[in-house]
Formats: sequence, structure tokens, C-alpha cells
Amino acid sequence: MKEGNRALSLYTLLVFIFLLGPLAIISVTSFEPGTILKFPPEGFSLRWYKNIFEVSMFMETFKTSVIVSMLGNLLALLLGVPAAYALSRFRFRGRDTLNALFLSPVLIPGIVLGFTLLRYLIVVYGLPIYAGLLIGHTVIMLPFIIRVIASSLANFDFAVEEAAQSLGAGRLYTFYKIVLPNIRSGIMAAILIAFLESFNNVDISVFMTGPGVSTLPIQMLTYVQNYFDPTIAAISVILMVLTAALMFIIERLMGFAYFTKR
Amino acid sequence: MNKRFLYLLLLPGILFLAAFMLIPIMLTIASTFVQDGQLTLEGYLHFFRDGYFNRILFTTLRVSVVTTLVCILLGYPTAYYISRTSARKKSILLALAIFPLLTSPVVRSFSWMIILGKKGLLNTFLLSTGLIHDPLEIMYTPVAMMVGLVHLFLPLIIITLLGVMENLDYELVLAARSLGASSFTAFRKIIFPLTVPGLIIGSILVFVGSLTAYTTPALLGGKERVISTFLYQNAMTLNDWQAASVIAVIMIVITFVVVGLMNKWANRLNPKG
Repeated sequence: MKEGNRALSLYTLLVFIFLLGPLAIISVTSFEPGTILKFPPEGFSLRWYKNIFEVSMFMETFKTSVIVSMLGNLLALLLGVPAAYALSRFRFRGRDTLNALFLSPVLIPGIVLGFTLLRYLIVVYGLPIYAGLLIGHTVIMLPFIIRVIASSLANFDFAVEEAAQSLGAGRLYTFYKIVLPNIRSGIMAAILIAFLESFNNVDISVFMTGPGVSTLPIQMLTYVQNYFDPTIAAISVILMVLTAALMFIIERLMGFAYFTKR
Repeated sequence: MNKRFLYLLLLPGILFLAAFMLIPIMLTIASTFVQDGQLTLEGYLHFFRDGYFNRILFTTLRVSVVTTLVCILLGYPTAYYISRTSARKKSILLALAIFPLLTSPVVRSFSWMIILGKKGLLNTFLLSTGLIHDPLEIMYTPVAMMVGLVHLFLPLIIITLLGVMENLDYELVLAARSLGASSFTAFRKIIFPLTVPGLIIGSILVFVGSLTAYTTPALLGGKERVISTFLYQNAMTLNDWQAASVIAVIMIVITFVVVGLMNKWANRLNPKG
């Protein structure tokens, strides 16, 4: 078995090199001083990092991405927290169907959802592109919000809530004073996971661009298809640092158990 | 329990999804059966008679199948190793697997452009060692897409399998070993069958993900189309919304059929019933 263990650990090591190597390579090339991406870089320069802040399209789209992800998140919370609570708290007819409905946006291919939203929200309903972008992001965040919050409600003992209510506290009051504080870290984690999901989204956003409206991933996609300088590598590094920071907070809030659950 | 209270909690979400997901999708599906005010299957027939479309569909399916198989091959042993290692190492490896999963697909596909490009890392290396004399043309081929997609979905299958393996009752293996089974037999007869349902769920995620991924084929596939980039091209470049709608419906149908069939299979194989 020892022999087998060694082979298996080597295999695992190679798999992780495959997973993380390309990200390490991007990071290194972002310091290239020349105008063409090279590995290894021919020197060390922060020139391309500076370039991000000087090229307004990246700053503008970054701002749009953050605003859309945050507003969409808020909207998804307003819709999702009551739904997650109802689905976890009560047994009623049609519960399974509704559960499936609320998780269904992850089942519809993103690119299909993006297209139908463009065709109907923008063209038929006549919504402005920005509103379409926001709604589309809310739709894809909703399942994440509901799933994470439902899984933290699964660990909550509703008998406590019933006790408070039998002592005369109202529904809203008990929710606010008893349920909410108990699932606070779950809600925070849900917000961060949904944020990353929305911030990185391409499939919906790619249909929701117009004059003055684009998100950072879409801007990056367009840029990469036209230029091959280290700017995108530098942005990638910044995004990876952001991802790592959010991941650290998610771990603190609820551990990584959520990710291994299906 | 108060019914009105329940509706109050659920209705906003239901209405939102109905207005911004269900109705647009229903309308899209309906629109594919109507042409010039008449009910027709022409939209679909047109596609399935078209050799170019069939080739795209075939490429997409082939790329997705190979991606799924490679992910299983790389992911299964890795998940098994992680599940059996010390708690400390386990949490580090889990974090390292989740990190790429949360990193932007644009970043991850871009990293492969640096490696697989004509003047990329791989070609530079192979040319300098003298193993090849002309640069390999990997970028903008199905192979490049496959590499990118494996990179995209490997963490997903690893953590899905890990979830199953973590919940495995290891006492069963110890029992089998004490009854004289070799560790390979114990693996083959106990661990593997118990993880098959998880393996199927993980494969669904990878397969459906590959089938519908847009970013990776858009960046690594070049002119080589898959069904999702073909949908985008029809909608945004050619402005042929009728065609795009038909492709969208075909994608939905394939996704639901695959998920439905494989879920059924996973349930049937689940030894816990």
C-alpha cells in the first residue's frame, strides 16, 4: 500500500500543477516590461499594472461589474432569503417543485438564458440594457443565495423560534431577533459566493452590452481577442488576489463544506 | 400555519423567475415553431439537414465527452488521495482546488492562450529541446478547447467526488481487509461502487458544463465553433434570431435529457436506494 500511496501522491501533485501552473504562469508574465507576453519575462516592471488604471475602459467596466454584482446581490437577497426560509421552515404541497424552480437557473445554459433575456427583456419588454444586465445577474445569483442560506438554516433548530413565538413574539420579530442572527455567517457567505458568480459571469453579460454598458469580463474578453499584451495578465493577478481574499473570508464564515456538497 | 404568510414569502421570488426566466424561455421555445404566421418544424429541419450545423453539434459532443473522461481520469484518483490524507493536508488541497473554481473563466482560458499559442510556452519549450522542428498548431483547435475545459471543470469533479468519499464509511473497508481482501479488492468491491453515484453526478456537471460553456471555446476555439459560440454568432453577428432560438432550444433539450437520464442512472446505482 505504501508504494501505491507514493504513486498516488505523485499523481495528485501533477494534477495540482496542471490546475495551478497556468495561473502561476499568468502571474509571472504580468511583470513583463516589453509589449509582448513572454515567459519567462525579460525583466521586472509594473508598467502593465499602471496601464490598467490609465485605460479608462477597464476602470469603467470594473465599476459597472461591482455595481451590478452588488445591486443584483441585494435584489437576490430580498427575493431569496424569504424563499429559503419558507422552503426550509415549512412543509407544504408543491414544496419540491418550488425548490426545483428556485434552483433551476443553474440548469438553464447561461448562454441560452442570456440570449432569451436579450430577445425578450430588451427587445420585447423594452427594458434598458443596464436593467437587463442587473436582472440577468439577479436570476443567476438567486440559486446560490437560496442554496447557501438553506444549508445554514438546515443547521438551525426551529424549536427555538417556536419557543419565542409561544412566548408572544411576532413572526417578523422572531425572524429578526432569533433566526437572522443565527444564520448571519451563512448569509454573508452566500453574498460573497453569489458576488463571485456574478462578477465572473460572461454568458449573460455578453448579450447585455451596449453603448457605455459592459462588464469587466466582457471587456477583458474583447481585449484578449484583439491585443496580446500583458495588460490582461496584470488584471488577472489583481482578480486572483481579490478571489483569494474573498475565499479566505468564506472559509472563516462557513468553511468549505458547502463546496463539496451537491 | 398561515397560508397567506407562506405566499408572501414565496411569491416575490416566483413572480421574478416567472417574468425574467420562465416566460422568456417559453416564448423563445414557442417562437421556433412559428414561421410567417404558420405552425412549422422547418426551423429544426433546416438545422438537422445542414452539414455545417451537424459538424458543430458533433464537435461539441465529442469535446464534451473527451473532457468528461479526462476529468474523471484526473479527478478520481486525486479526490481519493485528498479524502485519505491528513486533515491538515486535506484542507490545504481543498482550498487549492476551490481557488481556480472561483477564478474568472476569462483568466483561466487566457492562461492557456499563453501556454498553447504558436509562440507559446509549450512550443518554445518543445522547439528548444529539439523534440519538434515546427511549432505545433494547438490553439484554435478542439484539443485546445478540451485542455481549457478540463482545466475549467476538473476542480468541480474533484470536490464533488471528495464530498462523496468523505461520507464513505471506511469501517467497511477495514472489515473487508480483516476478512482477507487485498487493498485493491477492497477498493474495487467497496469504495468504487459506493462512489459511482457521485461519479455520475460529477460527470453530469462536467459534461453539461462543457456542452454549454462559452468563454473557453470563444477564446481557445477561434473559428472552430461549438454550439454555444454558434448560438452567440447567430444572435449577435448574423442577427438571425430565429436560428439562434432554435439552437437555444436544442441546447435546453440536450441539457435536460442528459441531466434527466444520468440522474436516473445515479439513483438506480445508489446502493442506499
